[in-house]
Amino acid sequence: MPDATFLDSTELVLNMGPQHPSTHGVLRVILKLDGEKILGTDCVIGYLHRGVEKIAEARTYAQFNPYVDRLDYVAAVSNGLGYCLAVEKLLNVEASPRAQAVRVILTELNRIASHLVWLGTHALDIGALTPVFYCFREREEILKIFEQYCGARLTTHAFRIGGLQYELYEGFEREVKAFCDMFLPKVDEYEELLTSNRIWVSRLRNVGVLNAEDCKQYGVTGPVLRAAGVRWDLRKAQPYSGYEKYDFLIPTGQNGDTYDRYTVRMEEMRQAVRIIRQAVEGIPEGPIMAKVPKVIKPPVGEAYVSIEAPKGELGYYIVSDGSTQPYRVRVRPPSFVNLQALDRMVRGALIADVVAVIGTLDIVLGEVDR
Amino acid sequence: MADEKPAPPKPAPKPPAVMAATPWESDLARELNDRFGVGVCQAYSYLGQNFFVVGPDMVVSVIEYLKMGPGFDYLVDITAVDWPKRAERFDLIYILYSFSRNERVRIKTQIIEGYRPPSMVRVHLTANWLEREVFDMFGIEFGGHPDMRRILMPDEWQGHPLRKDYPILQQDQRWVEENLDGASGQ
Repeated sequence: MPDATFLDSTELVLNMGPQHPSTHGVLRVILKLDGEKILGTDCVIGYLHRGVEKIAEARTYAQFNPYVDRLDYVAAVSNGLGYCLAVEKLLNVEASPRAQAVRVILTELNRIASHLVWLGTHALDIGALTPVFYCFREREEILKIFEQYCGARLTTHAFRIGGLQYELYEGFEREVKAFCDMFLPKVDEYEELLTSNRIWVSRLRNVGVLNAEDCKQYGVTGPVLRAAGVRWDLRKAQPYSGYEKYDFLIPTGQNGDTYDRYTVRMEEMRQAVRIIRQAVEGIPEGPIMAKVPKVIKPPVGEAYVSIEAPKGELGYYIVSDGSTQPYRVRVRPPSFVNLQALDRMVRGALIADVVAVIGTLDIVLGEVDR
Repeated sequence: MADEKPAPPKPAPKPPAVMAATPWESDLARELNDRFGVGVCQAYSYLGQNFFVVGPDMVVSVIEYLKMGPGFDYLVDITAVDWPKRAERFDLIYILYSFSRNERVRIKTQIIEGYRPPSMVRVHLTANWLEREVFDMFGIEFGGHPDMRRILMPDEWQGHPLRKDYPILQQDQRWVEENLDGASGQ
């Protein structure tokens, strides 16, 4: 915490959050200021700490599955995928090709939904009121598909250890294709609103710069890392769930500023559509569940499995003691690690830039605090 | 599924099963042997994932070498596991990744209760919050850490929740009474 200040000094301590609309949840940032200039920050987190890792130790592997949806609740499908993959790794089973294809479709749809929430709220923070309505309009279509598929819109619990619980519903492919056709022009529409908007550009460009070296030092991953020019995406680097079969590009930026992170995420939405189109074209026939024992009891051992969640590398480190309950589940949350770089990004900037940088980091406090 | 043996009725103490890890023969393991001496870094592999078991005093040097030499420049995660019945109570796990090699390794070390492992912040800045979380959850204090405070739990909280002897419903009664008007939520 910054030192207390006195009236005769020029330094000022300002408390931002935890009840502040632009902190995207219950994040509290203590700002040390000189006028409007940021001298330093201190993040106070943990307001949403529910002890998910402790809960895991008192649940069976299957029982814990729905809990992970509550970590990054705007990208619940990704969380579920990472957890299922980690337990499958411990069990040494692999989901069937059909299940893998469906997983990819739902995860990529969720990536788009997550990026739409980011875009809408980020623009809202900066002062552009319209995009949030546009974004939530399209996100609604994705949530409808989720609801049709598994009955839930947000915390979907879409996947099971070993595959899927539900067979696809009648018309799933048609709806997903229709969404893709509808959605691509919408991305252009968002870009029309923002990309060359003078206010948008001047609020974003050269704000919150984080170069590639700093990103690696801070362990920052996801679009933030790619915006700094590092062409690294776990879907390409260490493909899982059949991502190696799909043809897509990893968009990157050059400057690592807020504007680059914006363009990277916009392009990622287009690439997600591209993946979905390929995946939905040839969903293989076959079973949706691999042969997994009724009682899941992985042999004694440990595994770390990570996926490219919309926010960065989401990892699960699970230790099994051979019983039906995990001995230890560690979630490596991208938001938590990325948030640590906030201080570096806003030092020397203005208060208004803090709002822009928190938006561009795309954190979800459910995942930061767990 | 190879483990599907006809399970005998569960005896009271858990069978002393151990992870079926195999020694990991690799250039990297040989390189570390050359650098630090044979046996300092024992290399194992389990399920295709590789890890080194290192003595607690060597962890920083090994990770620093792995960063500077073979290019493991991204510290993914630091975490711990509590084994209360073991003499060395905690496992500390460092997960490393190399962008240039597209390879992941883990560094594991065992420490006793009260041991202060040296902080990794000097080598990887990301260790700052990760070590704070390990301290918060397990009570492992890192020596030389610039800011060794709790991070998720309140600063005045008593106890470290992820220790195995911390029951799942336990809470710091005094803190709850002082800060939540006694409403525990449980």
